[in-house]
Amino acid sequence: MLIKKPNKIRSYEITSERNYLNRRSFIQSGCLIAGGILSQGIHSANLPDQPFDKLENINKSDYSTDEQINNIIDVTSYNNYYEFGMGKADPNRNSREFQSRPWEIEVSGEAEITGNFDIEDFIKPYQLEERIYRMRCVEAWSMVIPWVGVPLVDVIKKFKPLSSAKFVKFETLYDKKRMPGQKSRVLRWPYREGLTIAEATNPLPILAVGIYGRALPNQNGAPIRLVVPWKYGFKGIKGIVKISFEKSQPKTSWQMAAPNEYGFYANVNPKVSHPRWSQARERRIGSGVFASKQPTLLFNGYEEHVAHLYDGLNLRRHF
Amino acid sequence: MIAIKTVKYYVKPAVFLLGLMPLLLIIGDLFEITGTLGANPIENMQDRFGIWGLRFIVTVLMISPLRSFTGFAWITQFRRMIGLYAFFYVLMHFLVWLLLEQNLLMSAIIEDIATRPFITIGFIALLMLLALASTSTMNIRKKMGNNWVKLHSSIYLASILGVWHFWWQVKKDITEPLIYAIIISILLLYRLRKKYRYTY
Repeated sequence: MLIKKPNKIRSYEITSERNYLNRRSFIQSGCLIAGGILSQGIHSANLPDQPFDKLENINKSDYSTDEQINNIIDVTSYNNYYEFGMGKADPNRNSREFQSRPWEIEVSGEAEITGNFDIEDFIKPYQLEERIYRMRCVEAWSMVIPWVGVPLVDVIKKFKPLSSAKFVKFETLYDKKRMPGQKSRVLRWPYREGLTIAEATNPLPILAVGIYGRALPNQNGAPIRLVVPWKYGFKGIKGIVKISFEKSQPKTSWQMAAPNEYGFYANVNPKVSHPRWSQARERRIGSGVFASKQPTLLFNGYEEHVAHLYDGLNLRRHF
Repeated sequence: MIAIKTVKYYVKPAVFLLGLMPLLLIIGDLFEITGTLGANPIENMQDRFGIWGLRFIVTVLMISPLRSFTGFAWITQFRRMIGLYAFFYVLMHFLVWLLLEQNLLMSAIIEDIATRPFITIGFIALLMLLALASTSTMNIRKKMGNNWVKLHSSIYLASILGVWHFWWQVKKDITEPLIYAIIISILLLYRLRKKYRYTY
């Protein structure tokens, strides 16, 4: 008869009598430590009021890409922000005098909590994160930008949207004196953008308040802007003053300007060309004069995180 | 009246150097001597070569009205040089697109020319300018006789295609192409009026 010998209990596996007797306080202190770590992990976000001021307590994110980050000069001198002029160099030149304080954000529509919030109070409850994202412009160029911001989903949840809220609408400040580009009628002001509630509560979109660890420069949309990395750059509305929860799909500025060229979804898609140019490839800014364009990826390479949002949707029709 | 010698030895070299300036500035910016080409150097070069091509086309169209208004017959001597500059800058615009923008990727080049109307018309305008530039010597001009004038009046069509190409290419702000369209329309209407007057 074979009698199996019990596994030898190693000495380090044996709890000492003292610890056994103190087990309750051990668990208690463990809980305290864990709680301490958790509560320490969430730093309320403090927002300095000047562009380029240093932001503190920024967490890293697994959503960040490890691709080569663009030069800060390119990111702050090559911008599309028609509120400050239509040339790529205009926003840098024409936004220098812009004061982004005081700044209020009006939250309205289909949500339990609504009202006007000062930018500092608005951003305070959340943990700042760095998100290094690819940014693909509809004009077939791209950059890699280290944003600092808060996940949009956290902000959305805070306001407790009702089940009737199907879309989130955003609006930029409309002030011709402070934003001289608004004197031109090239777009219908204020600039308007929108997301479906499912898109807005996906973990990827952020409300950015900084780049390169510093407060957002005016030309990049100070004091707060949207970043939706799988969509064309124009979805990333800048200088946000209004957020509202909507029952029906809001009209967006580019859609109003040229509905056959710019759709509500504006998902990056190499197979769906802009009517006037191809979207199959993109020029990575900073890659040099002799570098080839690189292939554009579906959903700008964020397919695994967002493709499920569009199950059954014809992406060619809903461009 | 300006002496023939003055035109030949002073005005002509001066105009030649002036025409070279945009090229020198682009090269200077490329090597970061005079400035920089910015974040998107290829787009910058392509746009600047293109706009200078259009500006030289407009300049060429201005020559005969200028002669009529000022009475300076010697101005017409510059038509060939300025026309060749127009072709040169348009060609550079095309080459930047072909070599740097498209990296000679044939499938993308053919797709663009065949399916994107603004590129198609730009390409047609380039071919027209090529025909004009390659028949611009005195010898060929003499050999072609009356056909030369017919061929070279296609600069009017090329100018329309050029400004149209510019118009369709801009994302939204059409101010600049509109200015060129207005100038070119005035210059073309001036010619039509002249032609109309002569037929009566």
